[in-house]
Amino acid sequence: MQTNHVIKLEEVHKTYHTGEVDVHAVRGVSLEIGAGEFVAIMGSSGSGKSTLMNMIGALDRPTGGHYWLDGIDISTLSRDALAEIRNEKIGFIFQGFNLLSRTSAHENVEMPMLYNHQRIAAHEQHERAAHALELVGLGERADHHPNQLSGGQQQRVAIARALVNRPALLLADEPTGNLDSQTSIEIMGVFQKLNDQGITIIMVTHELDIARYTKRMVILRDGKIVTDETVADRLNAEQELAKLKQAQKAVQLA
Amino acid sequence: MRIFASLRIAGRALRRNKMRSLLTMLGIIIGVGAVIGSVSLTSGATKQVEDQVSSLGESVITVFSGNFTSGAMRGGWGSAPTLTVEDTKAIAGIKNVVAVSPEVRDREQVLANGLNWNTQVMGESPDYPQIRNWSIASGTMFSDQDVRSLAKSAVIGKTVVDQLFPNENPIGQTIRIRNLPFLIIGVLAPKGFNLFGQDQDDVVVVPYTSHMHRITTRTFVNDILVEAANDTAIDSVQNDITDLLLTRHRSKEQDFTVRNQLELMQAVTATSRAMGFLLAGVAAVSLVVGGIGIMNIMLVSVTERTREIGIRMAVGARAADILVQFLIEAVTLSAIGGSIGILGGMTFSWLIAHFRHWPTVTPFGWIVIAFVSSAVIGVISGFYPAWKASKLDPIDALRYE
Repeated sequence: MQTNHVIKLEEVHKTYHTGEVDVHAVRGVSLEIGAGEFVAIMGSSGSGKSTLMNMIGALDRPTGGHYWLDGIDISTLSRDALAEIRNEKIGFIFQGFNLLSRTSAHENVEMPMLYNHQRIAAHEQHERAAHALELVGLGERADHHPNQLSGGQQQRVAIARALVNRPALLLADEPTGNLDSQTSIEIMGVFQKLNDQGITIIMVTHELDIARYTKRMVILRDGKIVTDETVADRLNAEQELAKLKQAQKAVQLA
Repeated sequence: MRIFASLRIAGRALRRNKMRSLLTMLGIIIGVGAVIGSVSLTSGATKQVEDQVSSLGESVITVFSGNFTSGAMRGGWGSAPTLTVEDTKAIAGIKNVVAVSPEVRDREQVLANGLNWNTQVMGESPDYPQIRNWSIASGTMFSDQDVRSLAKSAVIGKTVVDQLFPNENPIGQTIRIRNLPFLIIGVLAPKGFNLFGQDQDDVVVVPYTSHMHRITTRTFVNDILVEAANDTAIDSVQNDITDLLLTRHRSKEQDFTVRNQLELMQAVTATSRAMGFLLAGVAAVSLVVGGIGIMNIMLVSVTERTREIGIRMAVGARAADILVQFLIEAVTLSAIGGSIGILGGMTFSWLIAHFRHWPTVTPFGWIVIAFVSSAVIGVISGFYPAWKASKLDPIDALRYE
C-alpha cells in the first residue's frame, strides 16, 4: 500500500457526460503528495483544478484511474463511505468560508464532530473545538456569530472547523479569494504555522503571490499537469506582514 | 448523529423563522385542537348519558310483558299482560339476583292539602329504591309487611311534594288516590329528568299489592325490575330469567322481553358516538391539510438551505444524517403544533364546561393519540423533503447560490 504518501493519484480521469458532448475535465493526472507537504494547485478557470480538487476532497469519484488517500483507494467507495472519509481524513476550507450563519463560531467548529463514526463525548467535543479555535487565534471569540466576525476571522473559524477532526489533509479552495491582501497574508501565516506542525496542506489558488507561500506548485492546463515544481523564492508570512506594516506606517508618517 | 444534537439543530432552524414556523404549525394546531375539543365534548355527552343510565341502576334488568297479537294486528311490547307477581317471586330465586320489584304503573289524579295533581302512581316492592339506586330523602320506604297487608302507605317524589305541599312537610300527611287516603311515609331524593326527558321525580310509589288490589284491580304487572349482583352476572341472569319464564309460561313463543341497562346505554350513546366520528373526520381532514403545509414549508426550507446541506455533507454528513435532520425538524414542527393544539383543545373544552355548563371530558388516551398522530404526520410530510435533501450532490449543493 501507498502508506508513505498522503495522496497518490494514478492516471486520474474525470469525464462529465452532459448531453451529447463529453467534457473531459481531467485527463490523466498522476500526482504524489507526501506527509507534511504544502502544495498549491494553480491554473486558469477551466483548467480542471476544481474538478481535481473535488476528487482529492472525496466529494467526487474519478471516472478513470485510481486515487489513494492515506492508503485507501477511494475511487470505488460508496457515497456514505466517501462521507466518512471526508469527515475523518480531510479538512475543508472554502473561498466563501461556508460557515453556518446564526450559529456561534464554537458550534460551527463542533459541527464536523456530529458526524463522526465513533461518537465523541459532548465535553470532549467542546474541548476540541475550543482548542482548535485557540490554534487559529480566535479563543476569545468562540461565542460570536459569523456576521459579528471579519472575513479573516471567519476564515480562521473555517480553518478551526477543518482541523477539529485531526485530518490527514487540509484542503483549501481559494482560501484567500474573498480577503484583502493583508488578511490573505495573515491566513497564509496560519497555514504556514500549521504546516510547520506537520499538517499536509493542499490549496487551490489562481494568485501567484499566494502560491509563493507554499512549498510546491502544481500548474494545470486543460486537465493535465504542465508544471510541478518546488517553490524557489518562498515567502514567509510573518516577514511579509512586518514589511506591510512598516510600509503602512511610512504612508501614515508621510 | 446524536438525537439531542439533531433536536438542537432543528430548534435553531425553526427559531430562525419564528413566524413561518408558527404559521406552518397552525394547520396542526387547528387539527389537533379540533380533535381534542370535539372528543372532549362528545365524551362529556357520553359520560353524562352513562351517568344517567347508571342512575337508573347499573346492573338492572327489566322484563317487559309480551306483545298482544289479535288477528293481523300486533300490539307493541307490554300490550299483552303476561307477567305476574308469581313470576317475580320465581325470578327472586335465581342465582345472582339480589333484588326484584314487580312494577305496575298508572296515571292518576291525586289530591292532597286542598290541591290536586296528575301524576304517575307506581306499585313497587320495598326493593325499589335499591334497584333504582335511589335514596329516600326523608322518612322511610314501606316494608314487606306493608306489601303483605296492602298498606295505604306512599312514598312521593320531589315534584309531587312541590306541587301538593309547597311550604309544608308532607310526611305524616295524607294523599288521596282514587279517593283512598294514603299516608305519606317518605320522600324520595330528587333524581331529575331521565334520558327521555321524563321527570323522574313526578311520582307516587305505593306497595304493588295496594296498587293492584286497592287502586286498580289487576292480576298482571307491567314489568319486572331485577337487579343482578354485578355487571358480569347480567348476561347469565338474563338467560336464566328467559329460561325460567319460558318454562313458567309454557309458551313456544317468547311472550316477554328482557332488556338490561347496558343495551339501553349503547343505544343512547350511539348517537353521540356517531357525532364524535363526524367531528373527528372533519378534524382529520384539517390534520391532513396541516401535514401538507408542513411538507410545503420543508420543501422551501430544503431549497433555502441547500448550501448548508452542502457544507454538512462536505464535512462528513451522510445521506442518512441529512435525512434524519430534516425529518426531526418536520416532526418537531408537528409535535410542537400538536402539543399546542392539545392545550388549545383542552382550554376550549374547559371554557365550554365553565361558561356553557356542558359536561366535557378529555380522555387521556385521546391526548396520546393526538400527539402520536401529529408526530406521525410530521414523519410522513417531512419524509419527501428530507429524502430530497439527502439525495443532493455535495458539489452542487456547495455551489448553490
